[in-house]
Amino acid sequence: MIAVQSAVQVPDPLSVPSNAPEHCPGTESELAGKADACAGCANQEICMSNEPKGPDPALPLIRERMSTVKRKILVLSGKGGVGKSTFTAQLGWAFAADEQLITGIMDVDICGPSIPTILGIASEQVHSSSSGWSPVYAQDNFAVMSVGFMLSSSKDAIMWRGPKKNGLISQFLKDVDWGDLDYLIIDTPPGTSDEHLSVVQYLKESGIDGAVLITTPQEVALQDVRREIDFCNKVGIRVLGLVENMSGFVCPNCKTESQIFSPSTGGAKKLAEDMGVELLGAVPLDPRIGMSADCGVSFLDRYPDSPASTAYLDIIDKIKQILGDE
Amino acid sequence: MATTQETPVARRLKSIKHIIIVCSGKGGVGKSSVSAQLALSLHASSPTARVGILDVDLTGPSIPRMLGLDGHGVHQSSDGWVPVYADAASGGQARLACMSVGFLLKKKEDSVVWRGPKKNAMIRQFLSDVRWGELDYLVIDTPPGTSDEHLSLLEHMAPVHSRLSAVIVTTPQAVALMDAMKCLSFTRTVNLPVLGLIENMSGYVCPCCGEISNVFSTGGGEEMARREDLAFLGSMPVDTDLVTLLDAAEATKSEDMPDEAKLREQSFELLQRYQKTSSAKLFQNIVDKVVQTLPKVETLIPSA
Repeated sequence: MIAVQSAVQVPDPLSVPSNAPEHCPGTESELAGKADACAGCANQEICMSNEPKGPDPALPLIRERMSTVKRKILVLSGKGGVGKSTFTAQLGWAFAADEQLITGIMDVDICGPSIPTILGIASEQVHSSSSGWSPVYAQDNFAVMSVGFMLSSSKDAIMWRGPKKNGLISQFLKDVDWGDLDYLIIDTPPGTSDEHLSVVQYLKESGIDGAVLITTPQEVALQDVRREIDFCNKVGIRVLGLVENMSGFVCPNCKTESQIFSPSTGGAKKLAEDMGVELLGAVPLDPRIGMSADCGVSFLDRYPDSPASTAYLDIIDKIKQILGDE
Repeated sequence: MATTQETPVARRLKSIKHIIIVCSGKGGVGKSSVSAQLALSLHASSPTARVGILDVDLTGPSIPRMLGLDGHGVHQSSDGWVPVYADAASGGQARLACMSVGFLLKKKEDSVVWRGPKKNAMIRQFLSDVRWGELDYLVIDTPPGTSDEHLSLLEHMAPVHSRLSAVIVTTPQAVALMDAMKCLSFTRTVNLPVLGLIENMSGYVCPCCGEISNVFSTGGGEEMARREDLAFLGSMPVDTDLVTLLDAAEATKSEDMPDEAKLREQSFELLQRYQKTSSAKLFQNIVDKVVQTLPKVETLIPSA
């Protein structure tokens, strides 16, 4: 546990006074202090001075905080709505089912946090203590942090540009009292932008164990996954494997399987072969998955007999194997 | 305000009558497919309607794929970037213009790893440097969330704010509705009139027995529209024909690199094939409502 000098205030994301102007190019940017938006900013002089910019002062704190976290896993997908958060939640529940393990989930999807709803803890709040912000506990051994816990109403929209989102992510990593964790699963927003770059940058020193990529079978989603694999290669993150979600649908009436999102270009299997990544498994579409997510209950516990549950468990076993934890 | 009137964006967008922003808080609810359908339907609504579609989802552009325009590039002219025309081979005048970051990438696997300021600059260029020409409608497809792209769009288009309106897309699940609600809060904060709500992926018809399964539950969108006093534009079931069509399954079957002419032929067929899907008929009602509502919401704001 790392003690901080004074309790870190839990911010109200909607009223955080932004020291930086709206179009701040970011202090690391080459344009820092020179962009149009910098005119009049209180920090302009610091940014403009040609003194080499030291490393982000948050980095040592993050490194210290993360030193007690054994495994850090990213859940990524290029496209939205393919089931990143649902998968993250299932993974979290599955890890937490082992009482010996302590699991954490960090939701860095700042504009659309779904993790609190999916885990059924949407009404919880974050409290601050002398050792930092206390995450919300879904179970005794299952800590969760999301911007959703900081909003007074779920209707509130967070309209932030990149630098503010980065600031919050660094706080999630340095100010949250994660404690000793066996696994920290990081749920990301779709795309390859600020949030992703920040997480990777902040965790560079502590090391990310790997990324799980989620996709659906149609080409539009696969296109985005190719970009995501390209991103992982660019920033040097190991791809643990690919999960194909919403793969086939079994009609509850006639039991015939049909493809809602048909794999017109060979689906995730072909993509995995082409790009040289492992296909961890395919999860069929079960309407009860979405329903469980809406109600905030664990699909694996509720419907252990569903083919989707078997698929999830196989994938989770494979992830453990690849990480060498079994 | 006199000075803002003369920004390059304002000058370029002067000749566009209506600008419709398609947004949703959550990803994967069908923004791009709704945008594509909206553009196709508006294009078909009159033999002279000129439609543009701008994809500002910079890190995950899907519009080129959906309109069968993968592999096209943008050309430079003395009057700015020439958009890609989806109906270039249809004989008469091409009137479905398309612009996306996907056209600027050399390889489709290339990832665009950009932070906010670069995205902002790209969007400004899309708005100020693309030679749209005279357009009746410009449909703008956005990425999920309420962040850089959205703020930049609104900011750069402030001089033409009186011609802006938004359509919100959601699926019936609670998780998606929550994000749609955030999106609605966003439109209210920035004073963007909302034409209405579309509920997508509302039910799936089993191709074998015709049984309707509510894959992502149902009715949530309509209820939200009622609660928030929004126009409910309609619900669209999951249509596998449409998924296949917009996924451009046919286009990829042809081996080796298809030449430009072949690509054009395929995209020309797109509209005809789209009109054969069951979604096209349902979507027609939505488009009718959109066209009817447009003048109403646009008069609500005093023109700048």
